Amino acid sequence: MKVASWKELGIAALIALLAALVPLVFDAYWLSVSVTAMMYIALCTSWALFSGPTHYISLATGAFFGIGGYLVGTGMSDYEVSFWVMAAISPIVATLLAALIGLATLRLSGVYFVIFTLGLAEMIRNLVSWIQNNFLGSRGLYVLTDFTESHIYWMLLIIACFVYLLGWLVARSRLGFALKIIGNDEAVAKHVGINTAMSKVILFMTTGFFAALVGAVIAPRYTYIEPNQVFSPELSFLVVIMALLGGAGRLWGPLVGVIPFTLIWEFVSIQAPNSTTLFLGVVFLLIVYVLPHGFVGRIEQLNKKLREGRS
Amino acid sequence: MDILVSGLLLAGTYALVAMGLNLQYGVARIMNLANGEMLVLGALASFWLFVSAEISPLLAIFLVAPLSFAGNWLIYRFLLRPLVKRSKSQGQLEVDSILATFGMSFILVGLMLSIHGAYFTYEFLTQPITILGSIVALNRFIAFLIAVAIGASLYLWLNHTRPGTAVRAVAVSPEAAGLVGIDVAKMSAIAFAIGGAVTAVGGALISTFITLDASIGIIFTMKALIIVIMGGVGDIRGAIVAAIILGIVETAVATLIDPGLTLAAAYLIFLLILLFRPQGIFGRRPT
Repeated sequence: MKVASWKELGIAALIALLAALVPLVFDAYWLSVSVTAMMYIALCTSWALFSGPTHYISLATGAFFGIGGYLVGTGMSDYEVSFWVMAAISPIVATLLAALIGLATLRLSGVYFVIFTLGLAEMIRNLVSWIQNNFLGSRGLYVLTDFTESHIYWMLLIIACFVYLLGWLVARSRLGFALKIIGNDEAVAKHVGINTAMSKVILFMTTGFFAALVGAVIAPRYTYIEPNQVFSPELSFLVVIMALLGGAGRLWGPLVGVIPFTLIWEFVSIQAPNSTTLFLGVVFLLIVYVLPHGFVGRIEQLNKKLREGRS
Repeated sequence: MDILVSGLLLAGTYALVAMGLNLQYGVARIMNLANGEMLVLGALASFWLFVSAEISPLLAIFLVAPLSFAGNWLIYRFLLRPLVKRSKSQGQLEVDSILATFGMSFILVGLMLSIHGAYFTYEFLTQPITILGSIVALNRFIAFLIAVAIGASLYLWLNHTRPGTAVRAVAVSPEAAGLVGIDVAKMSAIAFAIGGAVTAVGGALISTFITLDASIGIIFTMKALIIVIMGGVGDIRGAIVAAIILGIVETAVATLIDPGLTLAAAYLIFLLILLFRPQGIFGRRPT
């Protein structure tokens, strides 16, 4: 067991090293696709940290991501704060928000949590637009930095590695063990003395932190920030789909989901921009009815069959 | 006063839609997040009938109701029933049904966008009338009356007929209902279908006085969910009170502060409910 988990970490490090070479090999178009993919890898892996073991479907990613991007935008164009300071502040704000949401909803059943996060990005967007229109004046927010796509890509890669490492550590800690029990049966978890609400809130805060950090780091890519664009509910759904498509039960699951999905999504958005919503719906149904445990579930099923066939 | 009257009129249709969702979640145990899309589909149907064939939305209801009943029955029977069968626990079913209905809502939005991508605007009964000293459009008042009529007959059906009692029995406990000879699968399907039909009719009514578009369903899903939770799952009386509160608060926020903040106001109510009365206004604390 110990050896296998170190091996897993070794493979991950090797993949990360190879991934770091991408900007040196790819042309501009493929680099931009890779940046998108890397963004989703970081977002999905951090999403799965919380939702994987607990089975609570969080749709708050868009809200946290938006906070990251929007705060970087406001900080840099309205208050002339440097990018780095804002990139450090915004995840903290998102973490605090996640703590509040978690404390209000995670003590109750999972449905309330899903519903609360469902409209969250939209609600914050309305609130931010209202504040901007009435108190700050609706000026555009510019994020002007010297970063190239390659820089953004490498920063996202570092975040993704951090998330992965954190997930690896959590899975081997008391907290990770507690979450697994909560996911299997919350009543049992309570009876053996686990503070279920607290464990969930802490994990939810970490996903909030990373989603905002990714939002902040990717902001320079858009140059011009608008609440309507950064607080996108669609992003939350994309993250859920990609993570589940890969399989949220394993740390490397989201990775297997993000890469094929990003490529197909890119293709669909260019070929049939009007049917993207329809396509999303079809993939959702596909996950529920055909791939309930994602690609990872299928791969492990095949593995098991192969092994049984051999012996 | 103006706020109270138009808030109350809005609450009528909200209560109707929440009743539909309540049947689906309370009886069929399906957290239907495609509920808002069903509402928009009803609205689109009545808009389309009005624009292309000049059929009054009040007549369109009679077409929308049976069609959406059949559609929802089919959805339950062929898409959701397998999930109910395969799930080992309520939690598992909740996750599955949430994801599946998300899928359906996206598919519906996609289809509706391809049918009619613009706003559903038409003018129907826009002449002003005076109620309790405030001026409102006739269409709002008519929609309110119809919503109340449908809601009342649904209430009577649930409480004073045999099939209605069977539906309520399933809501209380599917296992016990099965023991006394109620066909739980059939009753769940019927409850889900009625819930969908009621929601679609609510959509047709709302379309007479609010301009909708294909992708607005999710907002109505949120509102219906907030009403159901505020009222307590399965509690019709609670849902009506909750709808009135939401209707009035929304109207007040829209007139006094800014129409863009109605969702934020709904969230505030939601948050207060979660913090202080998660079991619903009239609900008892679980022991």
